[in-house]
Amino acid sequence: MDKVQNNKAWFLVLPVLVLVAFSAVIPLMTVVNYSVQDTFGNNVFFWEGLGWFKEVLTSSRIHGALGRQLAFSGLILAIQIPLGIAIALCMPKRGFWASVCLVLMALPLLIPWNVVGTIWQILGRTDIGLLGHTLAGLGVDWNYSRNPVHAWIIVVTMDVWHWTSLVALLAYAGLQSIPQAYYQAAKIDQASRWKVFRYIELPKMRGVLLIAILLRFMDSFMIYTEPFVVTGGGPGSATSFLSIDLVKMALGQFDLGPAAAFSIMYFLVILLVSWVFYTVMTNLDRVEVK
Amino acid sequence: MATTSETLRPAARTFSLPKVRLGTLVMVLYLIFMLVPIYWLVKMSLQTNREITGVFTLWPQNPTLDNYRVILTDASWYMGYVNSITYVVINTLLSLAVALPAAYAFSRYRFLGDKHLFFWLLTNRMAPPAVFALPFFQLYSSVGLFDTHLAVALAHTLFNVPLAVWILEGFMRGVPKEIDETAYIDGYSFPHFFVKIFMPLIASGIGVAAFFCFMFSWVELLLSRTLTAVNAQPIASIMTRTVSASGLDWGVLAAAGVLTIIPGALVIYFVRNYIAKGFALGRV
Repeated sequence: MDKVQNNKAWFLVLPVLVLVAFSAVIPLMTVVNYSVQDTFGNNVFFWEGLGWFKEVLTSSRIHGALGRQLAFSGLILAIQIPLGIAIALCMPKRGFWASVCLVLMALPLLIPWNVVGTIWQILGRTDIGLLGHTLAGLGVDWNYSRNPVHAWIIVVTMDVWHWTSLVALLAYAGLQSIPQAYYQAAKIDQASRWKVFRYIELPKMRGVLLIAILLRFMDSFMIYTEPFVVTGGGPGSATSFLSIDLVKMALGQFDLGPAAAFSIMYFLVILLVSWVFYTVMTNLDRVEVK
Repeated sequence: MATTSETLRPAARTFSLPKVRLGTLVMVLYLIFMLVPIYWLVKMSLQTNREITGVFTLWPQNPTLDNYRVILTDASWYMGYVNSITYVVINTLLSLAVALPAAYAFSRYRFLGDKHLFFWLLTNRMAPPAVFALPFFQLYSSVGLFDTHLAVALAHTLFNVPLAVWILEGFMRGVPKEIDETAYIDGYSFPHFFVKIFMPLIASGIGVAAFFCFMFSWVELLLSRTLTAVNAQPIASIMTRTVSASGLDWGVLAAAGVLTIIPGALVIYFVRNYIAKGFALGRV
């Protein structure tokens, strides 16, 4: 749609601007303020310069958290994207069963995140949880609050349970938009199932899959509540991801300076990924218009 | 001719049958995987604590609603739901009220800095709540909003306003511009046109945006927990407190969890075709 140039449209955007300025810009400036200052309490601050940034960049604790975070996000993408596509391909295309599948699959997406954590915390216990009890019954020495590997298994399984449906729903929306004529043409060419997938379905799903990958990356990159409820970041710091570590630093130990410097770098990474996301989305919109 | 069709048909059947069966099988297994954890929570909510910790059973032996009775008769429990719903509703109304005109501006006009503004909104949706927890706490404490519903509602606009703008913009782009122009020629003023003609046209979009604002505010824990103490404490926060205490009542905890799932489960049917759109910020 061709839009009209009209700077008066700013008046329509103004309420959003004021609201978001209050809830985003002011807090963010506070963070910037803390990141370059130090305090001995009593609200007396003095200039610290880039000291906190240097400290954070060389801190092994934060390197560890970043490493775990990248490993977690990578693992999540490696499992959820292929699984989500597979599920989308298996879903009924229309009718009653399609609605049933959509509703049941979306259920985990609507559960409060701490309840998701609670569900899996209970499920993994050997005394009262189905999963833990079954594993213990099979002779596995299952203990996710002691064994780091088990803690990772339960956190990753929980995230797969929680979010794979999102990838599947997006991929399904992409599949639904493919005109029937494409499949008929493939049938005439006697294309195999694999070739139909590789040369028709996958290219047509490219747009939604990019969105799915970026969303899953972003959301897993700032995951906090679910692992916090299940493992509390433990055992030791085995499942302390970036957000968990940051909250521990800022609200637990009240290390304002390092926490603020950490926040800013965290936010810059997010900004970078958001930019990629935005570019992809606007490009897709442009393709759509053509 | 007859012989070729006969040789072809069995071949086609053996090709198509296992494929259908495999797909259905995968789907059924996946749905079981989705539902078992939820079933387990529901099962525990129908048991007494002694039964849960005593014998391991796959279904409740003596189903009881006592756990729900505890929550619905104890003010310290059910006020959590009231608090949560209060700030979620304030947040949804606030987000929609400011997002509607803005989305209209983005969908209809080009103006100075529009693309940058649109991108800046997006970065707020992507911002980790952990980064904002501490500054929010200090900001709202200093203006005297700490532990009020309004504080949480305002904090959640951080990610809900961008979401609402993006979703509504996606729906508004689908409305042809000729409708606006015709209305103006007919002598409608902008507010009159917007409320009387335009909003009914994108009613489904408003519904979807409202649903997603409601949902994202409902599922969030970190900010709502940080910004409240007693008066506006959300149910999610009350639950975590029970988890950290010793000797907890698993049945009540499970029942509280089940009750938090219900609002989403009730309306999900109506938005089933828009779920992907909402999660992808109006694109798709």
